Amino acid sequence: MLLGKLTLDAIPYKEPIIVAALSGAGLMGLVVLALITKFGKWGYLWKEWLTSVDHKKIGVMYIVVAMIMLLRGFADALMMRAQLAMATDGHLGVFPPEHYDQIFTAHGVIMIIFMAMPFMTGLMNIVVPLQIGARDVAFPFLNSLSFWLLVSAVILVNLSLGVGNFARTGWVAYPPLSELGFSPDVGVDYYTWALQISGIGTTLTAINFLVTIIKMRAPGMKLMQMPIFTWTCTWANVLIVASFPILTGALAMLSLDRYLDFHFFTAEAGGNAMMYLNLFWAWGHPEVYILVLPAFGIFSEVISTFSGKRLFGHTSMIIASGVISVLGFMVWLHHFFTMGSGADVNAFFGIATMVISVPTGVKLFNWLFTMYQGRIRFTPPVLWTMGFMVTFSIGGMTGVLMAVPGADFVLHNSLFLIAHFHNTIIGGAVFGYLAGFSYWFPKAFGFKLNEKLGKAAFWFWQSGFMFAFIPLYILGFLGMTRRLNHTDNPAWDPWLYIACVGAVLIACGIGCQLLQIVVSIRDRKKLADVTGDPWNGHTLEWSTSSPPPFYNFAVVPHVHDIDAFTDMKEKGEAYKVPQKYAPIHMPSNTATGVYIGGFTTLLGFALIWHIWWLAIVGLVGIIGAMLARAYDNNLDYYVQPDEVEAIERAHFENMGIDVDNYSERDADKPRRGSRPTTTA
Amino acid sequence: MSTYVEHAHDAHDDHEHHDSGSQTVLGFWFYLMTDCILFATAFAAYAVLYRNVATGVSGKEIFELPYVMGETAALLLSSITYGFAMIAGYKGNKSAVLGWLAVTFACGAVFIGMEVNEFHHLIAEGHGPNVSAFLSSFFGLVGLHGLHVTAGLLWMAVMMFEVAKTGLTGRAMTRLSCLSLFWHFLDIVWICVFTVVYLKGAM
Repeated sequence: MLLGKLTLDAIPYKEPIIVAALSGAGLMGLVVLALITKFGKWGYLWKEWLTSVDHKKIGVMYIVVAMIMLLRGFADALMMRAQLAMATDGHLGVFPPEHYDQIFTAHGVIMIIFMAMPFMTGLMNIVVPLQIGARDVAFPFLNSLSFWLLVSAVILVNLSLGVGNFARTGWVAYPPLSELGFSPDVGVDYYTWALQISGIGTTLTAINFLVTIIKMRAPGMKLMQMPIFTWTCTWANVLIVASFPILTGALAMLSLDRYLDFHFFTAEAGGNAMMYLNLFWAWGHPEVYILVLPAFGIFSEVISTFSGKRLFGHTSMIIASGVISVLGFMVWLHHFFTMGSGADVNAFFGIATMVISVPTGVKLFNWLFTMYQGRIRFTPPVLWTMGFMVTFSIGGMTGVLMAVPGADFVLHNSLFLIAHFHNTIIGGAVFGYLAGFSYWFPKAFGFKLNEKLGKAAFWFWQSGFMFAFIPLYILGFLGMTRRLNHTDNPAWDPWLYIACVGAVLIACGIGCQLLQIVVSIRDRKKLADVTGDPWNGHTLEWSTSSPPPFYNFAVVPHVHDIDAFTDMKEKGEAYKVPQKYAPIHMPSNTATGVYIGGFTTLLGFALIWHIWWLAIVGLVGIIGAMLARAYDNNLDYYVQPDEVEAIERAHFENMGIDVDNYSERDADKPRRGSRPTTTA
Repeated sequence: MSTYVEHAHDAHDDHEHHDSGSQTVLGFWFYLMTDCILFATAFAAYAVLYRNVATGVSGKEIFELPYVMGETAALLLSSITYGFAMIAGYKGNKSAVLGWLAVTFACGAVFIGMEVNEFHHLIAEGHGPNVSAFLSSFFGLVGLHGLHVTAGLLWMAVMMFEVAKTGLTGRAMTRLSCLSLFWHFLDIVWICVFTVVYLKGAM
């Protein structure tokens, strides 16, 4: 009674692979905790990071979570590729089906919801307020809360590894398989509550950033003058606001089916499983544009900066992103052409799907024209961008191919599909985030990343990607379907081996990236970015120091151009020393987000295991913490001018500007050891 | 902090935090749009499933229009009285705000009481949500609305407490405006529920 469905049998201590994985992860966790304790950093961590409402720090924490989850999700990927390379010709491999099914489900859920989404949200957090010249987001506490809801969901997903099990339904959890009758244990409940909690966090983030972008732009910045990354994030946030509630609704219905014997999607009493598919993909298809549009924005920023040119077709980029967003809502049915909705319906959705390639093509040509006659610097962000252009084009074309309903009837749920969507999500979204990571890393931390290892990482990823996924296209044509645990067809073997090699190559790429971070931290003095503008950037985030002071801008900039910072540099106003500083209004840190995240974890765990008293504790805790926050009067404070002056003086002196003997004409030429400020 | 408040105003940054009331209301509007889509999802489910009565009853057999009419009247009335509370709020009349909020709360409570009573009767007579997809989607949609109204009532109680304690501060008025949006929104949703579920079902 006291522990609901939870018994000692829920701990898989008899499974050697899981025990090894758990003890490995536990050991790593213990080492990290021990190191924090040894260096006495708990207070620092709590005060400066965990309770922070600073959008830049929250952004960094999002990306840390995303990278940890990348390792977890990639470990799943390696296990799958290894299993399929071993389990050929009648061999059964290492993983029995019930374990293997959890692996591919966890891989999909983690990579989409807990790697790609937080990576995107993290970059958006760090960059968007800086790009629009704001000092924070509209609702800083809500931002912290969104992050801690994500953490709560991440904890639940990873808990399923050691307590109970995870869903064995595939990441889409289609009923009736995901209904109680066919999935009676807690796996699907882990899935629904983790997605539900992180989905609410994502929705709150989107609301927060929409208000920020609408209400808090620097004076003079018109909507059509917003930097392109901010614009693509705006579209992504509109999509989140419009689509995530559908997921919330669909998962709530599935939970009602499972907990209270409702019949929304069951196979009996009139339930309709296909309705789940429609609802799921009415969220799921916009979701892929939520992931990829910000990546498009990153590529645009990178390619324009490193070509030393203005972005070609800024307005058409904004419109194309909008068209993609709208069309993204009209194509969900192409995920199940085989449902049987008839030729006319399939034709509509097939054509709508193909039409999306038009605005996407507009973007691709805009990037190419931006590069045309530019002085391109082949830094790692540019390599990711060019790799993306090739890879994503292949993915786009195979997508158009599958948008033909007739072809889809052959390719549906084959490995061709798997290759296609990895082609677009890795080649589109992930390459974009990695480009953005190395592009904005100096802004967030004050030093650049080691370029050699960055390039090595790119080439491993790019070649590994081709080795891992081109064979899957071929396997799809050879008739291999997805989610197979073992195969018995000699014609497939060589391609499965090659795909496994590809996964190992990508592992080398990830290894290079980890090494790159370590090496760059070691060499941080040599790689330091003292000016705040390491790449000769165009937009406002480069006009402040690296890392930016917690208030971002000592004086809020006035904007007259799309490339606001280029404009300031050309007018010779980029490094003006202000006469005097005004007090700055800032939000105070708060631990409420952490507490609510903790109570939400309790609530989720209790609901998964039917521990009702604990669920009440969690719910009351959440409401209590929210009320305490609502009547907390200690929400904000003013930074005094002398503190601002001290911080700004240090920055100017770092750049070699003599603040005391400063005259207006020095505003364009501080720049110790950096490139000339004008752009082509 | 107070010493520099005036300075912050002439710091000429018109997008500063002191504009937070309108930001909050805009944010709340966006939240309501997400909620609207959540309701749309529940309506869509009902539209797909309402014919699937399986072995159970159909809407025609269980809906009692006069009863639901009473429920509806209580909720619509509460919208008007909330409007009166807001008008009193703009005039700075604290006791009138508290009075109208109390009337609103009472109407909302009547609505929820009647709904719970209806659900209780249906389940007791063997027409619970576990009988058929139609009843599942009915309880899902109407219950979702009922949960929202309940949350709104709790919020209203908290606001009455706040106004009684600290008066009609800027913060309280912003929150009352958000609750006002929420309350009227739930009214509109109920009109759709009444039309799509009860009227259409009883015909």
